[in-house]
Amino acid sequence: MPKITFIEHDGTVHEVEAELGASVMETALRNDVASIVAECGGGCTCATCHVYVDEAWMAKVGQPSPSEDAELDAAFDVRANSRLSCQIKVTEELDGLIVRTPSYQGR
Amino acid sequence: MSETIKTDVLIVGAGPVGLFAVFELGLLDIKTELVDILDKVGGQCAELYPEKPIYDIPGIPEITGQGLANALMEQIKPFNPGFHLGEMVTTIENVGDPLYRVTTSGGKTFECKAIVIAAGGGSFQPKRPPIGGIEPYEEKSVFYAVRKMDAFRGKNLLIVGGGDSALDWTLNLQPIAKRVTLLHRRDDFRGAPDSVNKMRALVASGAMDLKIGQVAELEGHDGQLTSASIKDKDGKLDKVACDAMLPFFGLTMKLGPVSDWKLEMDDELVKVDVSTFETNRLGIFAIGDINTYPGKLKLILSGFHEAALMAQKAHHYVHPAKRLVFQYTTSSTSLQKKLGVA
Repeated sequence: MPKITFIEHDGTVHEVEAELGASVMETALRNDVASIVAECGGGCTCATCHVYVDEAWMAKVGQPSPSEDAELDAAFDVRANSRLSCQIKVTEELDGLIVRTPSYQGR
Repeated sequence: MSETIKTDVLIVGAGPVGLFAVFELGLLDIKTELVDILDKVGGQCAELYPEKPIYDIPGIPEITGQGLANALMEQIKPFNPGFHLGEMVTTIENVGDPLYRVTTSGGKTFECKAIVIAAGGGSFQPKRPPIGGIEPYEEKSVFYAVRKMDAFRGKNLLIVGGGDSALDWTLNLQPIAKRVTLLHRRDDFRGAPDSVNKMRALVASGAMDLKIGQVAELEGHDGQLTSASIKDKDGKLDKVACDAMLPFFGLTMKLGPVSDWKLEMDDELVKVDVSTFETNRLGIFAIGDINTYPGKLKLILSGFHEAALMAQKAHHYVHPAKRLVFQYTTSSTSLQKKLGVA
């Protein structure tokens, strides 16, 4: 199973195993990554599962779709490597992925 | 002060479970009024996932959030409940045995024999941007909603966001403000294309400003804003003079006033008796995602079940002298009459 590392804004590191086909957001919730809120449960309508993708992984993870980019309007401190983790599917290719969480998800 | 609205049961929250409570109470001849902070019915179904399919409503293999809200509205039509949208229930006062006086943020007062809290994840409230030192400005020169447009007449306004709220208020306030600056993190807007075009035309004619970036810092004193520092995507800072800022970053769920109602709670959820869904206060019920009990599942179908059981006990408070006879809609002429089908 691919491994994903979540680094929370307070420095807490979670190295977890992710299920193929699940989203990075679901992986975070299953592993108690507290700074992923996911209010809408994966609908790409709340922008509370915002993450910063590690620079080295940007190419593999890819860019947000237009609708995800639009939803990022409701996130804070949005950067070039910002993604909504509910919209990133776990694949073998993402084994080793590192994402960081912002200090604030809007609540 | 407006006139007191008298009803049998006041329902706090017009999401799927609040709507279905109208049906279950209606079958027992109990009149209802609903209050919801959103400007539409359907709760999270309508606000968070209107177009997303739901697959676990019994008997309905697939329906969207909005579709379910619409279907429930159709189902409860015979009972003609009162809707009070865009308002939040703020206070609950016990004035009888049980009789409750309820007030809303919209200045309405209700008197009812029972209250059903079907508030889901709490109330949807505007997201507050995480700008250091914003608190003293809030409600003085930083506003998350426009109550009176005239309050912004002749002022320099900074409106932040890229959705319909930001665009609509930009277009509405531009004619009366001294100067409007719209700030958005990217040069692409998700609001209605017509509004985007109108805004762009105003910018092209020099009637307003559009800036791309995010607010970094606020300046002012005693709650009065004087300017905001804006950071563009390369980190370059720019300063915009403004008397007021209106940030529109969408909504988030907060428990809100429920925590002030002297209800027994467990981790922001209301504890209930599982045979009646009544709380520790007589005549106050909690159903749907807002409640907790051993084995609770936050599913719409659980909320529907809870609504049916709640109605049995609410009947006791609303019609204490009447004996409740359990009936089926398939076979009871009296129920069918209430539904307008017999």
